[in-house]
Amino acid sequence: MNISFWLNGVCIRGEAEPDTLLLDFLREKGCYSVKRGCETANCGLCTVLMDGKPVLSCSVLAVRAEGRRIITLEGMQKEAEEFGSFLADEGAEQCGFCNPGFIMNVFAMLNEMDEPTEEQIREYLAGNLCRCSGFVGQTRSILKFLQYKKAQKEAGQV
Amino acid sequence: MKYVNQPIRKSDAMALVTGKPVYTDDLAPKDCLIVKILRSPHANAWIEDIKTGTAASVGGVACVFTYKDVPQKRFTLAGQTYPELSPYDRLILDRHLRFVGDAVAIVAGETEAAVDKALKRIKVKYRVEEPVLDIHKAKDNEILVHPEDNWIANVPVGADNHRNLCASHSEEHGDVEKLLSECKYTVDHVYHTKANQQAMMETFRSYCFKDHFGRLNVVSSTQIPFHVRRILGNALDIPSSRIRVIKPRIGGGFGAKQTAVSDVYPAFVTWKTGRPSKLVYSRYESQICSSPRHEMEIRVRAGADENGIVRVLDMYSLSNTGAYGEHGPTTVGLSGHKSIPLYRHLEAYRFTYDVVYTNVQAAGAYRGYGATQGIFAVESAVDELAAKMGMDPVKIRELNLPLEGGPLPGYPDSPYATSCAIDQCMARAKEMMNWDAKYPCRDMGNGKVRGVGASLAMQGSSIAGVDVGGADLKLNEDGSYTLGLGCTDMGTGCDTIMAQIAADCLETQMDNIVVFGVDTDISPYDSGSYASATTYTTGMAVVQACEALRQKICALGAKMLDTEPEKVDFDGTYVSSEDRRVSLKEIAIKGTCGNNQELQVTRTHSSPISPPPFMVGMAEVEIDKETGSVKVIDYVAVVDCGTPINPNLARVQTEGGIVQGIGMALSEDIQYSDKGAIRNNSFMQYKIPTRMDIGDIRVDFRCSYEQSGPFGAKSVGELVIDTPCPAIANAVYNAVGVRVRKLPITPEKIAMGILEKEAGEVPERN
Repeated sequence: MNISFWLNGVCIRGEAEPDTLLLDFLREKGCYSVKRGCETANCGLCTVLMDGKPVLSCSVLAVRAEGRRIITLEGMQKEAEEFGSFLADEGAEQCGFCNPGFIMNVFAMLNEMDEPTEEQIREYLAGNLCRCSGFVGQTRSILKFLQYKKAQKEAGQV
Repeated sequence: MKYVNQPIRKSDAMALVTGKPVYTDDLAPKDCLIVKILRSPHANAWIEDIKTGTAASVGGVACVFTYKDVPQKRFTLAGQTYPELSPYDRLILDRHLRFVGDAVAIVAGETEAAVDKALKRIKVKYRVEEPVLDIHKAKDNEILVHPEDNWIANVPVGADNHRNLCASHSEEHGDVEKLLSECKYTVDHVYHTKANQQAMMETFRSYCFKDHFGRLNVVSSTQIPFHVRRILGNALDIPSSRIRVIKPRIGGGFGAKQTAVSDVYPAFVTWKTGRPSKLVYSRYESQICSSPRHEMEIRVRAGADENGIVRVLDMYSLSNTGAYGEHGPTTVGLSGHKSIPLYRHLEAYRFTYDVVYTNVQAAGAYRGYGATQGIFAVESAVDELAAKMGMDPVKIRELNLPLEGGPLPGYPDSPYATSCAIDQCMARAKEMMNWDAKYPCRDMGNGKVRGVGASLAMQGSSIAGVDVGGADLKLNEDGSYTLGLGCTDMGTGCDTIMAQIAADCLETQMDNIVVFGVDTDISPYDSGSYASATTYTTGMAVVQACEALRQKICALGAKMLDTEPEKVDFDGTYVSSEDRRVSLKEIAIKGTCGNNQELQVTRTHSSPISPPPFMVGMAEVEIDKETGSVKVIDYVAVVDCGTPINPNLARVQTEGGIVQGIGMALSEDIQYSDKGAIRNNSFMQYKIPTRMDIGDIRVDFRCSYEQSGPFGAKSVGELVIDTPCPAIANAVYNAVGVRVRKLPITPEKIAMGILEKEAGEVPERN
């Protein structure tokens, strides 16, 4: 089937089988940040944004992307560097394999909430597994990033 | 020191956080054949007949291989220094299938759809036999997991395939029975841990291609590139010189990738067909046919006098290696050697073990490597001893824990503690947990009760006298350095740590050092990253390489200054003699012109001792008395890893290890059907912790200085998984009086224990 959608701001066309998963389609299109960690929609590694909302690309058919706007970490490099530097300063990126899905969901969270509490952070990101960091460093990095953003905002207002 | 002991950002961090294509499957050529494996539905069966004709005829299928096609020399997949202690008990494909998930056939094709179609078309007639599934009945059972004659044990470890024994041994010091009879307080209990999965986020994978010399190139997500080279040589029955192994970035290992779980299949396909191929294990395969922790059942008998001095320990470890013996003879050793030495007053100890073959998934290396199992048993038993004596479990440990310069009973790899601050770790942990106020428990008045528990732990730093670290260092024309390594950064950050060490030794900036690894054609030999060896062993090789290269730089600099090498100083930027000097850059350029003196060195290091890092872990749990629901609300860990080369990375290692340990303690279960199939075959059923399942985790360090390590460093990576199981089990006991001796500690076990206790029965949950 021929499909076309907006991938990281660019309209792309491609051919997909009816059972092709968005995850596989995106990797075929060179979006290698999108990872597979399980087959049961448990790990969150394949999280991408579809029309601004986070979805597990392992659980979305490629054809469902028809006409939609899909964003992967490749499309948010500047933001990834900005937040990622906080993650890196905690040493919490570790093996890095879960990072893209986790970071996409952090962005989705920050789209919905300006100042999430630690409890809200844990709840929102519960579906993003990480086996290296024990999550604690990830949370530290988010809290520090929020502080930095807040300071930036306040400085702007002054 | 500018970089050592500083929280430096990892050199590859920004590539990882921006999602760059740096992992095996991101790099694989697009025309790779897709390799998949047909797996046995039976725990013990023989292939009577296998028909592959219709499978091979599926469009796009390149090859179908069965046991008839593979070399008949047995080998091990264990990544260990030769001669491996693990038995040679595998073939790439075997007629005899030994567990549910064992490999029946290999299919490779141009698309996944073609391969899937072909897999369904392979017709196999199995002769199904009764499996051995009970570890208690495996030894000397008439059903043999490895009846074959070409089974080989390279090293005498007490193995006997005609008794289902992968290893067997006993060691004793002093008169254990006499001391047990003398001790006023004794305990005798059995503790059981499961075959937990490492569950690194990147599953097993590799891709292979032949180069223009016809050599087999293997790009593998592995912790052991040099061992993979040998293993593939053995498996394919070709000279290892025909094989090159490359390690890209790795998405986690935790020991899983210390076994060459999946490399043999694409390697065989590419070797046979000449075409590039790749195999990416599914999570399902990673759960049912990989290399999890050895299930162990450990009986501990312990005795103490009326003052709380632990005088005697007797351990029997029954370890389940499953269908194949990878790491079977070695992991079990740590169950005793890394738990008994935690009690310095021992006058007698005995450590006996059997490692049995059964018809379940083969076990392998998993962070902690037997120590985790042994420490759960001993640290639970010591708490039971303290309870009998009416003594605070922290007090009994304070009386017995190792001291710097003091003995480490039963630890041949370092008979006394060359560096040890576990006493300070205990004092700090007590303070952080506010132990004296919280022990044993607090009823919260809402049906919930909170209890605290503690545990000691130790690990090693490398395998003494075996592990080899390598560093290759050269000065480049522009005055920068290239540091070639054979150790494998799997996310732990060792590439960065080695650069930190080198930068300080060379008195240069870290970004003046290019780190390269790993390619078995180019990198210096290194055993690989396992056994808590990398920082300690390879770090020393880096220190020595830097010293040697400094001498060469001084020699050439002195020559340029027309003086003697002993008359110059090198400050990292200039080689100077009195008032004259020559810059590193000038020396580097001189090295490329009319020069007969190489500015490159390779150094190899191996340590005769394995100095233990130590830690104290304390858990505070909250239990719902009605439902038995348990949650770790606070975890305190104080670690003595010697000098933390990178405090950030040491901290994250600790936090990550603790959460993995919490999973093992509370939720990660392995259950089999009565036919031997694993029920927990996905993340749906195998519950690793999410961020909702943990409370606070607070880490601190109390550092000794290890003379034999780089800048005083010891290891940290494995140690940190060892305390949660016993600390949580002890906290549960202190909260509700229920002793759970079989992991995981589920709400059901706690609730049933509470009910039994109320009914006046002895609350023991096995």
